[in-house]
Amino acid sequence: MKALVLVEHEQGQLKDATLSAVTAGSQLGTVDLLVAGADVGAVSQAAAKIAGVGIVHVADAPSLAHGIAENIAPVVVGLMGGYDAFVAPATTTGKNIAPRVAALLDVMQVSDVLSVESEDTFTRPIYAGNAIATVKSADAKKVMTVRTTSFEKAAAEGGSATISPVSGTSDSGLSKFLSADISTSERPELTSAKIIVSGGRALQNGENFRALIEPLADKLGAGVGASRAAVDAGYVPNDFQVGQTGKIVAPEVYIAIGISGAIQHLAGMKDSKTIIAINKDEDAPIFQVADFGLVGDLFKIVPELTEKL
Amino acid sequence: MKVLVPVKRVIDYNVKPRVKSDGTGVDLANVKMSMNPFDEIAVEEAIRLKEKGVATEIVAISIGPAKAQETLRTALAMGADRAILVTVEQDVEPLAVAKILVKIAEEEQPGLFILGKQAIDDDCNQTGQMLAALLGWSQGTFASKVEVDGAIAKVTREVDGGLETVELKLPAVVTTDLRLNEPRYASLPNIMKAKSKPLAQKTPQDYGVDVTPRLATLSVREPSKREAGVKVASVDELIDKLRGLGVVG
Repeated sequence: MKALVLVEHEQGQLKDATLSAVTAGSQLGTVDLLVAGADVGAVSQAAAKIAGVGIVHVADAPSLAHGIAENIAPVVVGLMGGYDAFVAPATTTGKNIAPRVAALLDVMQVSDVLSVESEDTFTRPIYAGNAIATVKSADAKKVMTVRTTSFEKAAAEGGSATISPVSGTSDSGLSKFLSADISTSERPELTSAKIIVSGGRALQNGENFRALIEPLADKLGAGVGASRAAVDAGYVPNDFQVGQTGKIVAPEVYIAIGISGAIQHLAGMKDSKTIIAINKDEDAPIFQVADFGLVGDLFKIVPELTEKL
Repeated sequence: MKVLVPVKRVIDYNVKPRVKSDGTGVDLANVKMSMNPFDEIAVEEAIRLKEKGVATEIVAISIGPAKAQETLRTALAMGADRAILVTVEQDVEPLAVAKILVKIAEEEQPGLFILGKQAIDDDCNQTGQMLAALLGWSQGTFASKVEVDGAIAKVTREVDGGLETVELKLPAVVTTDLRLNEPRYASLPNIMKAKSKPLAQKTPQDYGVDVTPRLATLSVREPSKREAGVKVASVDELIDKLRGLGVVG
């Protein structure tokens, strides 16, 4: 089986999500990559070094910048004649593009794949991860997004793939990128952080969030996350949200502070290796999944913890 | 401009789903069902566009069991003008739903589709993108802001890195994220009024769409359970545990 894997990249950098998707692709068969974007020379060179990759198809055109699905999906479809499967990481980019590809190929996509059982059988979470379904695809070609925390990262070095330019890309004229408001932070990105400190509604406002959560995260070299409640209340921007419809994370240590643990939040973090919960309500559902829990007032506990570390 | 809003009847947001003991699926017998929360946001957005004078008519659509009529009545009570129910008793996959919606779009000629970005039962996150692909339309997924101006829509999208704004040529497909709006509750008079709003009954055969699933569900199981751990009594004890994990020196 031949798999085409979509390379996730941003501002000239190859993203780690790509490496997980390569591993998923390699469980299906041989792996080639597609880099689609504008000025993607450096990304393509980096992609060619990923271990185990045969060909890196490079579609480099201004109309492919910013992951515009309307223009990238036809490029993927154009290449799929030579492939049995299309694999994209389940990032917002992958989720935007893959279903468009699937529909154009008349294929029912398998979303958020957790494991590859065979060439046509996969497991995936449903109902916010409260159930795991094993599904078998009857389509001739497979289109899937894969949950990056469920697949080891392929080695970023050691490969020497052939770079093959894709010609004939065009601008559909349907949609245009206007602007981006991308959070910049020195802290580790949520989806690749080893430790995450997350805050919830109990922090009461954005000032408290910054004054309590961020210093603790910095002491630990951790990424910062939040519950939906904290994002909805405006304490932090949307890209902090961990949960069913936010980011799915699985760090070594996840520290949940003032988060009650709604099933939608648990869906995004319950595969973390160790979970620590700090909450004043001893019956909060978060304690049912926490390895270590501390019941008490976060406004006292968190400064003390930060101080003593 | 006509706005079409597909809505799905799903397990209520607050219900904890239970896997059936025979591993064939999730037990939905005697479970509270509601409109998919993202679809409620879609209905609300359509109503706000109508209140701004942008939308002229809102048509709610559901493709699902006969009981999805209740979901459509909720949409009508919120403010949709009429509804179309395409009755299918089995589970319908996003690809088949998108194909039916294409046929409805050919009849209705909408300027905009607004859909929830995903349904909280199958968590697929596909229908809007598939619909846009099949129609050859632009797509604004995971929207947290929608502004329609003449022949274009400006959509702010929630992406992994933050926010992104795109300009879509209309007609377009928009899928909603959580922070687009806060849906209203239907008032009692509006719930009464909704009972007399038109609701057309259709079948997939009316649209010539084959809804045979492409994915066979072989089994459904519970995820591996996490055991509740221990409670520590103090910050010092917690720091000891963190040392044990090797995350602090």
